[in-house]
Parts: sequence; structure tokens; C-alpha cells
Amino acid sequence: MMSDKGFYDPTELLEVEPGKTFLDSSELVLNMGPQHPSTHGVLRVILKLDGEKVNGLECVIGYLHRGIEKIGENRTWVQYAPYVDRFDYTAAVCNNLGYCLAVEKLLNVEVPKRGQYLRVILAELCRLASHQLWLGTHVLDIGAVTPLFYAFRDRETILNIFEKYCGARLTTHSFRIGGCRWDAYPGMEQEILRACDELVKQIDEYGDLVTGNRIWQQRTKNVGILTAQDCVDFAITGPVLRGSGVRWDLRKAQPYSSYEDFEFDIPIGQNGDTLDRYLVRVEEMRQSIRIVRQAAQGLPEGPIIAKVPKVIKPPAGEVYVSTEAPKGEMGYFLVSDGSAQPYRVRVRPPSFINLQSLEKMAKGTLVADVVAVIGTLDIVLGEVDR
Amino acid sequence: MIQSFLQYLHSNVTPGEAGNLLWIVIYVLLVFGGVSVGVIFMNWFERKVMAHMQVRIGPMRVGPHGLLQPIADALKLIIKEDLMPETADKLVFWFAPVCVVMTAFCSFIVVPFGRSHAITDMNIGVLFMLGVSSLGVLGVIMAGWASNSHYSLMGSLRSGAQMVSYETAMCMAVVSAVMMTSMAAGGGTLSMIQIVQSQQQQHVWFAFSFFPVGLIAMLVFTVAMVAETNRAPFDLPEAESELVAGFMTEYSGFRWSLFFLGEYTSMMAVSSIATTLWLGGWLRPFPNLLSGANWDLAFSVVPGLTFIGLGGFCFYTYKRMPKLSNMRAQSVGLAIFGAFLALLGVFMLLGPVRSRVQDVFWFISKVAFFMYLYVWARTTFPRYRFDQLMKIGWKVLLPISIAVVIATALIGVRHELLALVWR
Repeated sequence: MMSDKGFYDPTELLEVEPGKTFLDSSELVLNMGPQHPSTHGVLRVILKLDGEKVNGLECVIGYLHRGIEKIGENRTWVQYAPYVDRFDYTAAVCNNLGYCLAVEKLLNVEVPKRGQYLRVILAELCRLASHQLWLGTHVLDIGAVTPLFYAFRDRETILNIFEKYCGARLTTHSFRIGGCRWDAYPGMEQEILRACDELVKQIDEYGDLVTGNRIWQQRTKNVGILTAQDCVDFAITGPVLRGSGVRWDLRKAQPYSSYEDFEFDIPIGQNGDTLDRYLVRVEEMRQSIRIVRQAAQGLPEGPIIAKVPKVIKPPAGEVYVSTEAPKGEMGYFLVSDGSAQPYRVRVRPPSFINLQSLEKMAKGTLVADVVAVIGTLDIVLGEVDR
Repeated sequence: MIQSFLQYLHSNVTPGEAGNLLWIVIYVLLVFGGVSVGVIFMNWFERKVMAHMQVRIGPMRVGPHGLLQPIADALKLIIKEDLMPETADKLVFWFAPVCVVMTAFCSFIVVPFGRSHAITDMNIGVLFMLGVSSLGVLGVIMAGWASNSHYSLMGSLRSGAQMVSYETAMCMAVVSAVMMTSMAAGGGTLSMIQIVQSQQQQHVWFAFSFFPVGLIAMLVFTVAMVAETNRAPFDLPEAESELVAGFMTEYSGFRWSLFFLGEYTSMMAVSSIATTLWLGGWLRPFPNLLSGANWDLAFSVVPGLTFIGLGGFCFYTYKRMPKLSNMRAQSVGLAIFGAFLALLGVFMLLGPVRSRVQDVFWFISKVAFFMYLYVWARTTFPRYRFDQLMKIGWKVLLPISIAVVIATALIGVRHELLALVWR
């Protein structure tokens, strides 16, 4: 609405109640995104502000919708596998793992032990890489520039291992239905163990830089609190759930791909605030290193892929398989009508479901906290919109 | 005219005091040109320091070690299309960056780079600097209003609130230093030059006088000046993760570069205030510990030796550079730059030049120390939230600075107080 003066006059826009001046009603609508430095992709958030305070908040999603679920109905089971890499592109291996496990359950195929261990190694390395990316960007949102570069430098170590293993760094598509496509390259175990030693030191470095920082603690403590009940009500999973003190991890609760062979702890937080979620994720990185070490040291000999037919035609039926992706429970609901193509692919993306809690967490806080809360949810818009 | 031109060289006062119009013009050009070069250098320096703290190398391509990068950037900004939002208030939008730059540069009128190296001396120098540099917030608010964008508006509102809050603590800290000047013969003063001279007479920098009161006052001022210039960790008005670019969101090209210039100039201006008030302005280090004519001579050759050393370092890096044909211009450029620095250093060792240059050298070194603190803080700290920022300003810094003022006063009159008590 433009005034005659040629510029925007906010006094004309506001509905003024009788007896009040325009100074009394002062709600400001701020549109954050879809192009915004800290909405992690193309999330759009509409904020209703009273000064700095957030009175209301609305999420608009769908700017990255590519119809990946629908595409599945027009591809064969094998052809569709690379597409699932693109859900959560920061943790492609974990997405792929879930899909392969689901199809294998439809086919009733058991993956050989070596294949399972290789899958665990790659999935846990991918969890590390995903958490490093989260750490860098989350800390950047709160205003610290430096940790981003450290996190990205260290993520490079992991991506280099991926590159050596399968040639791709980000969307690896290293798993096939029935096992893995490639065996470990010569010296892979040693390289991974070496990388683990380095990563432990580097995670300590992040701790020095961020965890003890007073400003960081002030900015994250008691920000975006979610109680355990809230989390259960919203069906939140992953580090956000564990940050609120619920000890729930699918790797322990319903082990898949030989996770029962490895020793690791599930870190939990107490207050369910942003700081707790940060600490939980950092501790998760250490636990992932523990798992990777055990898997690399105990990598059994044998085949890496089970015998599966050239053309995969699972028997008619439906299956739901969920795995613990870095962001939370990544579930695949597959329906087969006995043909070479899926009848229906439905994904339970953790980011999409975790994002629901944004309004609950951000309402009543300040603008800066909204950014912190978006960062702490660790959403990837590729997964939210699909 | 030539006579008056030469006559001034033998006087030992600022051109403003001497009333020599020709030299005033020369000094204005020198100071403003120098500050602009300083901003350019600061741009390169900040990027380099940040890069090395962040495990990367920063600009390397344009000129040796990226030395010409800021010039290339400035050129790029100047030739960019001049964009103005259609719904902007044209006049205010145009005037806002001018206002910011003008106020930032104006405060340099009274900055004493040396006893005679200031444009002029005012008996209300500190007040003038604080007043003029805080006028810059007007430009910021104008920019936020005129851009007609919510991000800009919120950024400028934050900036206004922040500057007002931190100004109080800042001024209280300044009052403490000004009170210390009254300990010297001749009484208290607000003139920038006389404040430094008072430190010379008392043989102590005010940072260390009334220990630890002076030091606390300086720390309060340092924190407040970071907030005053909207730099990290108090950079809320332009918090890029929340408000995109705050009040500068709608600005681009030359107008944006004016904001940039204004920001860095005001950083240098407040650093100069801190240097003048607490770090002895142009005085050399250790005035009382290492006093005497021999030490004076030893310290007076430091500027020249520093430049020769910098030149030598350039030669050393030139030697270390890989001898590639496509790097030839870079390495030769670095060698020439090193030779230039070394020649400048030799020139500075000459007697008459030495005595004139050393004041400026020490002053700039001290300002550079504060500028380094700015960069260091920026790479280390996350950003404060708005309510926390206000809390620090009003509930932490202001009480401390008031306590510092009271402590300064009590210590200053302690002899009289003791006499009262004992009587």
C-alpha cells in the first residue's frame, strides 16, 4: 500500500482502534525467507513481532518440493535408490541405508556380515559429517564465524574417505539392495582409524572454541525448551528428543544392520533447551567414532552383497522400516504390487516432523532466538519438502 | 606565502592553533587521505587475520598476498549499478550514508597524532569527538527508515537503542580519565593534546594510573566502543543471520561502500579516543621505566627499523615464493613493495624526519592494537541477544563505570580526605 508521498507510510496500514493512536498498535510482520541466510535452505518463516518479541510465527514450506516420492512410482526398485540420497543431502548414506533395508525386508534377503559392517561404518561416518555441518551452521547462526571453518575442514576428512570408497562425496549411493556395491579399498580400515583419532581431537577443539564460551551458553541456555512430553506429542525423534531427556535411539531400541554388535551409549540432555541439544549432538559424534572404530577393527571377511535377482520384483505387500538418521527416525513405507516398480513410496522424514515444534519453541522469544531454534532443530529442506 | 609555509615547520603547535590556513588544508588532506588508506589497509588486515584464525589463507590473488584486494573491491563497488528501492524515501536514502561518513571523518579533526600533528586543538576536544561520532547513529536510523524494509527498520532501531545505552557507560569512563588529568599542574582539561601532555607530566599512562581504576575504565571504554561501532559480538544492527544485513540491507554499490568506510572510520576514531585517554597518545612506551636521553634516542629509531624489518620480511617471503611464470608479477611486486618499505624506513632514520615521525608511529601502533582487538573479538565470540546486550550496557557496564568515576574522585582527593579524617 503506497501513499501519495511515494514511500511506504506504516501509519496508513495499521488499523487504529478508536481512542488509540497509531503508536499503540504496533505489530510488525517480518517475512524471513525463503531467501534468508539462516533458514537453512528455503524455509520461509513469517514472524509477527512486537518490537523484538515474537508474538506469532508461521512456517511456509514447499519451496524445494521435487516430488521425489511420486517419482518412485515411475522407477524400478533399483533405479529409485539414488533418488533417496537427495532427501537429506547432508546424510545421503543414512537415507540409502533405510531404503535398502526396507526393500531387503520386502525381498526377505539377509545382508552378509561384512556388508552390514561396511554399511555401519559409512552410515556412522555420515552421521559425523552431518553433525559437523550442523555444528558449523548452527554456531554461525548464533554469530560465531570461526567454528564453521573448523567443522568444514574436518568434514573434508570424511568426505575424502567416501570419495575413495565410491567416487562420490555428497550423494554417495554406495549401497545396493542386498548389500554394498564396493568392497573396502585397500587400507581403508587403517585410514578410517587414523581419521577417528584426528576427529576425536578436532571435536575437543570445537569444545574449546564453543562449549565453554560464556556468550554461547547465555545464548543457548533456556532457549527453545521442549519437555519430554512435548516431544512425544509432536512425535519428535533424534537428537532433539534425546536432548529433552528421552533415551530413545532406534539403533538400540530395534537394532538393524548389526548395530547390536557394537558398544555405544545414548547421550541424553536434561532441560531440553538448545544447549542440551548441542551437547547431545557433540556427544553423539564421539559415540559415532566409537562405533566406527569397533566396526573397522572387527570388519569380518566374506561377501559384501547377498544373492539378489537382476530384476528385483518383491512379492506384493507393504513394509515399514525405520532407521536412526542423524536428524531422527527416517522411516520408509513401501508398497509393492509384485511388479518391478514400487506401487507407493512414502517417507517419514525426521526434519519435517521435528519442524512442527518450531512454533512452540519460538513463540514468546526474541528474533535472535528464532534463528537459534531453527538451527538447533537441524532441518534440511530437501527432506522437509521432498 | 612560502615564508609562512616554512615558518610553520619550525613552530611546535598544530596548524589550527597557528592559524596557518595553508597548512590546515594540507593537514586535512593528509589526515583524511591517511584515514582512507587506513580503512583500505584495515579491510585487508581484517580479512587476513580472520582467515588465518579460521584455517584458511584469505585473499591471495590480487597483488602479493592479496594486498591490492581492497582496491579491487572498492573499484568493483564503485562501478556497480546504483540501486535504490522504488519505495524508498529518495532524499533520506541518499543522505544517510553521507551522514555516516561525514560524522566519522569529522571526529578526526581533533585527533592528536603528535604534539603538532593534529588539524587543530580544541579545549573541548573529547566532548567534540564523542558528540560528533555519536551523531553517526542518525545516519543509521535514516538509512533504516528510508529503505522502507522491515529488516532495515529493525536494524536501525536496534542500532539506536544500542548506541544510546552504551554511550552513557562510555562517557562515564571518559570522565574518569578526564578527572585524572587534573592531577597534573595546570588542572583538568578536555583538550585531546593536553590530556596526552598531562600523561607526559605525570609520567604514567592513565591506563596504569590509580591502579587498577584506570585499567578498569579503559576496559569499560573498550567494551562500550565495540558496542558503539556495532561490531561483533555486539553487531546486532547488522546481524547477518537474523536481519540479513540490518540497516544496510537495501544498500549496494557505492552507497554501501560509504557505510563500510564510515564504520571503519568510526572504529578508528573511537580507538584514537581510547589511545589518547589511556595509552598515552603519541608518547613512546615505558616513559618512566626507561627514561633518559639515550632511551629517547633508542625509541626514536624504532619506526625506521620497523619499516626496514617489514621490507626485509617482504624480501624473505619473495624468496620463499614459488618461481612460477604466472606468479612473476606477484613476486616482483612484493619485492618492489619490500624495497619501498625499506627505503621508507631508511628515510625515517634521518634526524629531522625521525623526530617528526615517531609520534605518529606510536599513535598509529596503539590504534592498530585496538583494531586488532576488534578483529580478534569478531572471530572468537558469538553474537549477543538484544536483551542481553541491554542488560550488559545498563546493569553491568554503567554501574562499573560510575563506581570507577567515584573511585577516581576519592583517590584523587585522598590526601584532603585523609586530612579531614585525621583532624
